Amino acid sequence: MPAWPLFVHERPESIVAYRDGAAIDARRFLRDVRVLARRLPCGTHVLNLCADRYRFAVAFAASLLSGKCSLLPPAHTPEVIRHLQLFAPDAFCLTDDADSAVELPLLFYRDGDADDADDAAADAAPWSVPQIGAAQLAAYVFTSGSTGAPLPHRKTWGRLVQCVRLEAARLAPLARGGSAILGTVPPQHMYGFESTVLLPLQSGGALCARRPFFPADIAAALQELPRARMLITTPVHLRSLIAAEMALPGLDLIVSATAMLPANLAREVERRYAAPLLEIYGSTETGQIAARRTAFEDQWRLWDGVRLEWVGERCWAQGGHIEQPTAIADILELKSEDRFVLHGRTADLVNIAGKRSSLAHLNHHLNAIPGVLDGAFFVREDAHASLAGVTRLAALVVAPTLELATILRQLRQRIDPVFLPRPLLRVEALPRNETGKLPQHTLRTLVAQAAARAPHLFA
Amino acid sequence: MSEQALPQPATSRLDTLALEREIARLIVQGLNLPIAPEQIDPDAPLYGEGLALDSIDILEIALIVSKQYGIVLRADNQENEQIFRSLRHFARYVAAQRSK
Repeated sequence: MPAWPLFVHERPESIVAYRDGAAIDARRFLRDVRVLARRLPCGTHVLNLCADRYRFAVAFAASLLSGKCSLLPPAHTPEVIRHLQLFAPDAFCLTDDADSAVELPLLFYRDGDADDADDAAADAAPWSVPQIGAAQLAAYVFTSGSTGAPLPHRKTWGRLVQCVRLEAARLAPLARGGSAILGTVPPQHMYGFESTVLLPLQSGGALCARRPFFPADIAAALQELPRARMLITTPVHLRSLIAAEMALPGLDLIVSATAMLPANLAREVERRYAAPLLEIYGSTETGQIAARRTAFEDQWRLWDGVRLEWVGERCWAQGGHIEQPTAIADILELKSEDRFVLHGRTADLVNIAGKRSSLAHLNHHLNAIPGVLDGAFFVREDAHASLAGVTRLAALVVAPTLELATILRQLRQRIDPVFLPRPLLRVEALPRNETGKLPQHTLRTLVAQAAARAPHLFA
Repeated sequence: MSEQALPQPATSRLDTLALEREIARLIVQGLNLPIAPEQIDPDAPLYGEGLALDSIDILEIALIVSKQYGIVLRADNQENEQIFRSLRHFARYVAAQRSK
């Protein structure tokens, strides 16, 4: 059976990570992985919520070495955690947050677990990097689905490795050698998991434990890293860097994903930071499959081996690292065997600040609240974008007996707060047509009328 | 001399109130919040309960105060919990740190 190494760094003294300004080598990483693996409980499913990216990588590797499967859900609301427990009753949560409120058996990540004996053992043992069977189930990544239950997608170790090695091959000509990789995205979501954890391990780069948030944090975190520096980020963070006119230390490559990057923003980022900016296209279901240099081209080039094909009304991806043919939720136009243009998302899907959901899923949760008779989310095309370029959703609700604040509190238990409606408007009835559908233009008219009645609600 | 006689705290409290109102307006506008600026309870938490802002909002607020007052927010600032405790605390921080 084919196998892939945990990481490709060849020597024990190769740098695998940077944390608080200090370098961590492959020997120390492997020692931390083995020490943690000994502490893991017997459950076979792990919800790895470590916020520190180094700890996340150690926890993921320890789980992998112990034959455990990592769970990556789209949110960590109480409702999602309940579904995870139904999906995998033996699941436990590995966290570095002492105040974690996740309702699963908790294992707290401790930094100081390795002792002198572990160090001595690690120094004495002959150097070898663990090999993991390609077919081993490494993770379930979940999408929010159209009903309450998140939908699981299987990821074997072999397919994950293949995907990020294809990514590394595409980045390499731009990246000028081994890179220190800083991410503004969490490792718990597919893009961050692939590009800020697996990519450094499988390309010989080094991950950075930090997850900078404000523009000034990004500058400070980059300052701690040696060249070549790679920034894995999103349109929201890029826009905020530009809006804050933030100066950054020399960058060698910038990568953006999670939401469409406007070409003019891409050009501005390349100009200001004098580094190539590559935009990656992918989904939780397929992983990353294509990239483009957005400042200069509108066509995406597929990862080697991946193919797209229209069958009926949908476009399917297959080949390369993709396990089975997978429908693409976006509207694509194929230009050649390995190139396509992206024309937008299908109407039901929403993307707020890089987080994805579907109107069907959000509507399901709104209507599941006791006392809500009818309700619908919609995309506000009238609202102006904020400094960070984010436009929120709005929702209409028919719920004569409920306070709006109660509905919002209930929604907060069920959906990621980024999707909470702004505003949530009370109406007497939704303007459904004879088939029960809600034409988006009718919704907008209703909102316009509400706006006329209460202009301060609509800045 | 009569200016000296004015108690200093009262003046700064007036300034802070004006600043509080200005920041409330900037936040409501910048975040598209479905409330009027004067509806923000100056003592309610900005995060979680209270005004219920999320991390994207906090990023937006960072951009707003960077543009408007030249303030640079950092995630590793030990005072953050204090700063974001309420609109009043936030206004005090802005008053103390502003460079424009």
